Amino acid sequence: MADTAPDPQASSGGTDGSRSGLSRRSMLFGIGGATAAATLAACSSSKKKSGTSSGSQSGSATGTAGGTISFGSNYSDAAPKGAFKALTDQATVKTGVKVSINTVDHNTFQNNISSYLQGTPNDLATWFAGYRLQFFAAQGLLDPIDDVWDTIGTNFSDAVKNLSKGVDGHYYLVPIYNYPWVVFYNKSVFASKGYQVPKTWDAFIALAKQMQKDGLIPLAFAEKDGWPALGTFDIINLRVNGYDYHMSLMQHKTPWTDKGVTAVFDKWRELMPYLQKGANGRIWEDAAKALENKQAGMMFQGSNQVAANYASAHLSDLDFFPYPMINEQYGQDFMDAPADGFIMPKKGKNKDGAKAVLKYIGTPDAEATYLKTDQWDVGVANGLIAPSYNQIQKKSVAAIGACKNVSQFMDRDTVPDMATAMIKLIQGFIDSPSTGTVTSLQKSAEDQAKSIFS
Amino acid sequence: MVSTTTDVRTPPAATKRRRRRRVRRLTRRDKVVVSLLLGIPLLLDVAFVWLPALGSVFLSFTKWTGVGGVHLKSCSEFQTLPGLPQPGCLNGVQNYTQAFGHYPDFWPAVRHNMLWLLVFIVIATPLGMLFAVLIDRGIRGSRIYQSVLFLPVMLSLALIGIIWELIYAPNLGLINTVIGRNGNTNLIDWLGNPRLNLWAVLAEATWRQSGYVMVLYLAGLKAVDPALKEAAVIDGANSWQTFWRVVFPVLRPINIVILVVTVIESLRAFDLVYITGKGNPVKGLELLSVAVTQNIVGETQRIGFGSTLGVVLLVISLVPISIFLYQVFRREER
Repeated sequence: MADTAPDPQASSGGTDGSRSGLSRRSMLFGIGGATAAATLAACSSSKKKSGTSSGSQSGSATGTAGGTISFGSNYSDAAPKGAFKALTDQATVKTGVKVSINTVDHNTFQNNISSYLQGTPNDLATWFAGYRLQFFAAQGLLDPIDDVWDTIGTNFSDAVKNLSKGVDGHYYLVPIYNYPWVVFYNKSVFASKGYQVPKTWDAFIALAKQMQKDGLIPLAFAEKDGWPALGTFDIINLRVNGYDYHMSLMQHKTPWTDKGVTAVFDKWRELMPYLQKGANGRIWEDAAKALENKQAGMMFQGSNQVAANYASAHLSDLDFFPYPMINEQYGQDFMDAPADGFIMPKKGKNKDGAKAVLKYIGTPDAEATYLKTDQWDVGVANGLIAPSYNQIQKKSVAAIGACKNVSQFMDRDTVPDMATAMIKLIQGFIDSPSTGTVTSLQKSAEDQAKSIFS
Repeated sequence: MVSTTTDVRTPPAATKRRRRRRVRRLTRRDKVVVSLLLGIPLLLDVAFVWLPALGSVFLSFTKWTGVGGVHLKSCSEFQTLPGLPQPGCLNGVQNYTQAFGHYPDFWPAVRHNMLWLLVFIVIATPLGMLFAVLIDRGIRGSRIYQSVLFLPVMLSLALIGIIWELIYAPNLGLINTVIGRNGNTNLIDWLGNPRLNLWAVLAEATWRQSGYVMVLYLAGLKAVDPALKEAAVIDGANSWQTFWRVVFPVLRPINIVILVVTVIESLRAFDLVYITGKGNPVKGLELLSVAVTQNIVGETQRIGFGSTLGVVLLVISLVPISIFLYQVFRREER
């Protein structure tokens, strides 16, 4: 993009510049030279940084099989970064392939993924399951890894297998963990006030009402980050209309003006008085803080956020229940449980080494290694109960296992542009949850969907 | 600028003759230096400003995710799978009809950019002028006021956004805590409420912009010949009249600079909103620049559509830029 706003002072200063003879000229050349030198220096230092950020050498005697691979990682926070290091170290021990990790800030990595995959990507990279995988696979930026899945296929359920495939039916991802979106609460609060875990929508609303009477915020809620409220839409949609409807809506086979969508917002409007006010201006960390401080009674969000944000002293008090049933036909059969994993960019170099590492990552042993220091995600291999699991993780495994199908989350199941459009519309809904808003929201969503999916 | 004042007194015909003679007197070395000094900036300008700008204009007629090349074929010739991107293709004026007709951010963005400009002209600029005039009168402690008011200008807009975020935060923020509106039922959602957040951000922007305007006016006021003011006082003008009838007209060049700065600052308003939303879309804070970024930067890119919005912004920006350049060149020709 051209910068369309030149600095007026700079241009007015330069109008009488050519008058001062040689000294000025040589000075200009001098500046030019210095700038060039500085630029070059900057280039070389940045190259050095990205090249050799971290090599792992946990002394394996068999270290000849696949040489070295580079691994692009967006696990930039300290905890996942450590867990990821443990995983790749173990992979080196098991496969003999040395792994050098190239960590990039989470958001930067995602925003640059397109140019990253087209440029000089690493041999392996971290990525997400679902539509977000299919989008890049369909454009030929990833290599299919069907032969890896020939080896590791027995470790995973069909649901997980489907998440790892592109639209062409080939495998493109090896998943590592997922996490459930459920309603969190503090056990001590429920015990002291005598609250019961609600199974149905009516019980849920009654409980929220009671909490409000008791001076609690029934449901901590935040939407400044844009995506958290999409989870609320997803779960009400899954409860009211079921999984197939959700997927059909996400792929725009069902129009957004459908009355099923209206029904979702109708339910949401019933819930609105019990959600924490001012959500559009609050980050989810602050909402989780309200739950942790026992100002709020419940919070609906992913364990990857709420549990990860809890101080370890309070973690034992944290518990959750699956979102209550709304439509008997679908019970509590579905939930959002986003899965993360690893992809093999087409332009990577050491394919054999990369596949050897992927074959190791697709084992229960590798997942248990990763989860040793992770207290909020759960492995996706069949029946894996890692020895390090806390009670939240054990319960998560059971909750996800009890589902007939898991979806990935709106921004992973549909085109990101559509999710962005919905974020704005839902913010408008949170601001004024009226039937009029819902009508215009649905119309605008459909108008945008038509152009995004055309 | 010193030489132009001497030029003014010589008749225009004489200047022309003199200039022509001067050109003939250029040595070869001078010519090489001149063509280098002109050619390199011209080349850089073309390569880094005009080519990308024309590229954007071209891309605004395409549909492109940034993967692979752009095919010079109409999009209708490629098959579509629901949700999966087509290869880059020509999309006609589709992007423009979509921007003007369907994109819900477009008209709010234009409106907010205009509102931004209006607030800068009606509030920030007069405020800065007031500060400058007061400080220029040498009131006691003017140095301190000057530093305090100029401080926000030295902070980056990103930092200003973060500072004000702490002030505006709903439960733990300064304002809500002080006025006691930080409970769940009575809190004021300064940055989230779509009817409030633009004004909250404009307060941040004004906080900085008025300091900037103040400095520009201070420089201008220092350059005003004190004799003019003395003459006005002797003629019996009060200080209000002295300022508006004598000093303000003398400040004309500065006024034009400030007007242009104001227009450009409000067209490129971006940082504060981007920081406030952390790059996420926020209802009520739509701006053209933010809309461009949201479509072009990110995981999946709609480069064609984003370019369309960029071209619209370019066309709008060209108006004040042309006016400014016209003014500058006219002044030089004199």
